[in-house]
Amino acid sequence: MEDMIFYDRLQFAFTITFHYIFPQLTMGLSLLIVYFKWKYLRNNIAKYNNAAKFLMKIFAINFTMGVVTGIPMEFQFGTNWAKFSELTGGIIGQTLAMEGLFSFFLESSFLALFIFGEKLMGQKLHFLTGVLVFLGSWASGWFILATNAWMQHPVGYEILENGKFVLENFSALFSNPWLLPAFLHNQLASVVTSSFVVASIGAFYILRKKQTKYGKLFLKTGVIFGLISSVLVAFPTGDWNAKNVAKYQPAAFAAMEGIFETEYAGAEIVLIGQPNMVEKKLDNKIAVPNILSFLTHQEWNKQIPGMDQFEKEELPDNIPALYYSYHIMVGLGTIFIGIMALALFFLWRRKLYTLKPLLWIIMFLVPFPYIANITGWYVAELGRQPYLVYGLLKTSEGISPTVSSGNTLFTLLGFVALYMLLGLLFLVLVGKTINEGPKPQKH
Amino acid sequence: MEIFWYIIIAVILVVFFVLDGYDFGTGIIHLFFAKKEKDKEVIAKSAGLFWDSNEVWLVAAGGLLFMAFPTFYASVFSGFYLPLIIVLWLIIFRAIGLEFRSQFKFQMWKDIWDTSFGVSSLLLALFFGIALGNIVRGVNLGGVENGVSVYEGHYFFLPLWDSSFSPLSETPGVIDWFTIIIGLITVVTLAIHGANWVILKTNSSINNKLKSIIFKLNIVLAALTTFSLMVWQIVNPNSLDNFINKPYLIVFPIIYFTGLFGLFFIKKIKKDIYGFALSSLLIVGGITSSLASLFPVILPSVNNVNAPLTIYNTSASEYGLSVALTWGVIGFILLLVYVIIQKRLTRGKVDKMDYGH
Repeated sequence: MEDMIFYDRLQFAFTITFHYIFPQLTMGLSLLIVYFKWKYLRNNIAKYNNAAKFLMKIFAINFTMGVVTGIPMEFQFGTNWAKFSELTGGIIGQTLAMEGLFSFFLESSFLALFIFGEKLMGQKLHFLTGVLVFLGSWASGWFILATNAWMQHPVGYEILENGKFVLENFSALFSNPWLLPAFLHNQLASVVTSSFVVASIGAFYILRKKQTKYGKLFLKTGVIFGLISSVLVAFPTGDWNAKNVAKYQPAAFAAMEGIFETEYAGAEIVLIGQPNMVEKKLDNKIAVPNILSFLTHQEWNKQIPGMDQFEKEELPDNIPALYYSYHIMVGLGTIFIGIMALALFFLWRRKLYTLKPLLWIIMFLVPFPYIANITGWYVAELGRQPYLVYGLLKTSEGISPTVSSGNTLFTLLGFVALYMLLGLLFLVLVGKTINEGPKPQKH
Repeated sequence: MEIFWYIIIAVILVVFFVLDGYDFGTGIIHLFFAKKEKDKEVIAKSAGLFWDSNEVWLVAAGGLLFMAFPTFYASVFSGFYLPLIIVLWLIIFRAIGLEFRSQFKFQMWKDIWDTSFGVSSLLLALFFGIALGNIVRGVNLGGVENGVSVYEGHYFFLPLWDSSFSPLSETPGVIDWFTIIIGLITVVTLAIHGANWVILKTNSSINNKLKSIIFKLNIVLAALTTFSLMVWQIVNPNSLDNFINKPYLIVFPIIYFTGLFGLFFIKKIKKDIYGFALSSLLIVGGITSSLASLFPVILPSVNNVNAPLTIYNTSASEYGLSVALTWGVIGFILLLVYVIIQKRLTRGKVDKMDYGH
C-alpha cells in the first residue's frame, strides 16, 4: 500500500513537472505575441510583425509538447487516482471538462489559424486570432486553477453517505476565495518565464552580433515585461496567496515558513536554514524577528501557530521539501526583481546593449524562472498534503485500488525514458528555431 | 439526462475516430505503401497538418466522460491501466514522428520518424480496436475469484493477456483471440479510411494504386466482419437482444454495411469525397452498432457476482449533469463550428500547403 501511494505520487509529480515546463511559457508568451502584433497594427513597422511570428513558432513547439504531455495528465486522474476520480469527478470533472472543451480547443484552433491564415485574413483578423490564442491559454489556466483551488479549499459541495462529493453550487467553484489570487499569481509567474526567455534570446542575439535589431527589441521588451511581472508576482499576488495559506491551511503555512515552535510575541521570518526533523528545529538559521507576523497580519506581535500546535497527521508529510520549495521560489523571485531593476536602469541610461556582464547574466538566467514556477507549484501541492481535498480526503484514499505498485513503477520508468527523449528533441528544435531567428518576409 | 450525455459523448468519440481515424490510417498506408520520398512527405503532411486539432476531440471526450460518468471513468481507466498508458506513449511517438520528420534534411532522420509515425499509427489502430473488443466482451468486474470479489464491485484490473488467450476464460486479459479480431477489423477499416484520405487530400503518385488496395482490403474486411459476427454470439450471447427489442437500432448496422458494400465500387467512384464518406460510414456504423448492442450497459461483467456498469449506476449527480448542460451545449457547438472553419480553410490538396509547425 505504501509503495502504491509512493509510485502513484512520484509518477504524477514527474509527469506534471515535465508538462508544466511548456504551458508556463505559452501562457506568458501569448501575451507578448499579442503585444508585438498590436505594436505592428499601430505603427506598421515590419520588425514587430516578424517578432510576433517568430515567437509564435516557439509557442507552437511548446504547445505541441504541452499537448502530448498534457493528455497523460488527464488520463492519470483515471488510471492512477481512480478512487479520487470516482469520489470527486462530479465536481472537478466540471472544470476539467470545461478546460478541454473551451480553452484547449480555442487555443489549438486559433493557433493553426494564426500560423496559416495571415494572408488569408488580413492584419486585423490576424491580430484577433492572436488575442484568441491568448484568451484560450489563459482560460486553460483559469479552469485548471479552479480545479486546484477546489482541492486546496473545497467549496460548493455536499458529501453523500457513500463518501461521494456532489456538486451543490456550480458558481461557487469560480467564486472560491482561493482561485483569483492563485490564478493571478500563476499567470504573472508565467509572464515572468516568457519575459525572461525573450530577454535571454535578445541578449544572445546581441552577444553573438547577429540579428542585433531583433536582439535589442527582445531584450528591451523582455526586461520591461520581466520587471513588471516579477514585482507583481511578489506583491500583491504572492502576498495574497501567503495570506490565504495562513488562513485556510495554517499547518502548511507553519511548515513552509519553517516555524517549528510557536513564538507568542510575534513570528520571525526565516531567510536561510535547514530543517532538522529529528530535533525539530532549523540548523544554521538566519532570521529576522517579528517580520512574518507583520507581513501576514500587519501586526508586529501577532502570534502565528507553529508546527507544535498541530497533530502529526495534519502536517504535510514532507516538511523539508515544502520548506525548501517555498524558500527557493521566494529567493529566486527576489533575485529576479533585483536583476531586472538593474537591467531597466541601464536600459534607461542607454548602456544595457553594450554592458556585456549583464547580458551574459540575463542570457543564462533562463532556467531559473522555470525553477521558481515549478517550486511554486510544489509549495501548493506539498502544502496540501496529506490531503487530496484539503481536510476531507486523504491522498492515501485516492489511489486506484487495483493498480499494483509494480505496474506503476513500470509505467513511471517508461515515462522517464520517453520524456528524456522528448526533452532532448525539444531542445534541439527550439535551439534550431532560435538560431535561425526571425526572418524578414520575402515577397 | 444520463442518456443525453451518453449520446453527446458517443457523438464526440465517433467524430474523434472519423477524424483521427484518417490520420491513424494515413500512418498505416505510409508504413506499407509509400516508397518514394515525395509520396512519403506529402502523405505524412496530410496527417501532420491535422493530428493535433483532431486530438482535441479525444481530450473533450475524456473530460466529459470524467464529468458525466466519473465512476465509469475511474473504473475503466484504472482497470485498463497498462493498455491505456501504452496508448499514451504511442500517441506521443506518433506526434513527434509527424512534427520532427521535416525538421532536418538527412534521409536517415526522416526514416527514423517515418517509422515512428507508421508503426505507432498501426499499433494505435490495433489497440483502439482491442479496447472496443474488451468493452463488448466485458471484464471480470470486482476481480472475482472463486465467487468472491477481491475489489469493490465496479473495479477491476486486466492483465495484458491471460495465458489461455480466450475471451471465455474466467479472467480474460486485454488481448485474446476475440479482441485481436476486433483489433484487426479496426486496423483494416482505418487503413481503408486513411487510403481514402490520402486520395482525397494529396496528389501522391500512388493514388491509383490505393484504390485497388482499398478494394482488396475491403474483401478482407467483409470476411473479418462475417467471422466476428459469428464469434460475437459466443462471446456475448445477448448481443442481438437490443436489436430485437428495439428494431429501430438496426439503423446502425445498416450504416456500417452501406459503407462496406459501397466500398466495393471504389474504382468506379469519381469523386474522392464519396470514398472518404463511405469509409466514414464504416467507422460511424461500427462504433454505434457496438454501443447500441450493449445499451444501457457500458461495460458488461463476465461474472454473475457483480452487475455490469451502466450509464445509470456510474453517472454524476442530477444537478451536476444539468448544470453542465448549459456550457456543454455551447462548447459542443463551438467544436463543430471550428471543425467546419478549419476544413474550409484547408480544403483542397495539401501538397502545396505550408507546414505550420
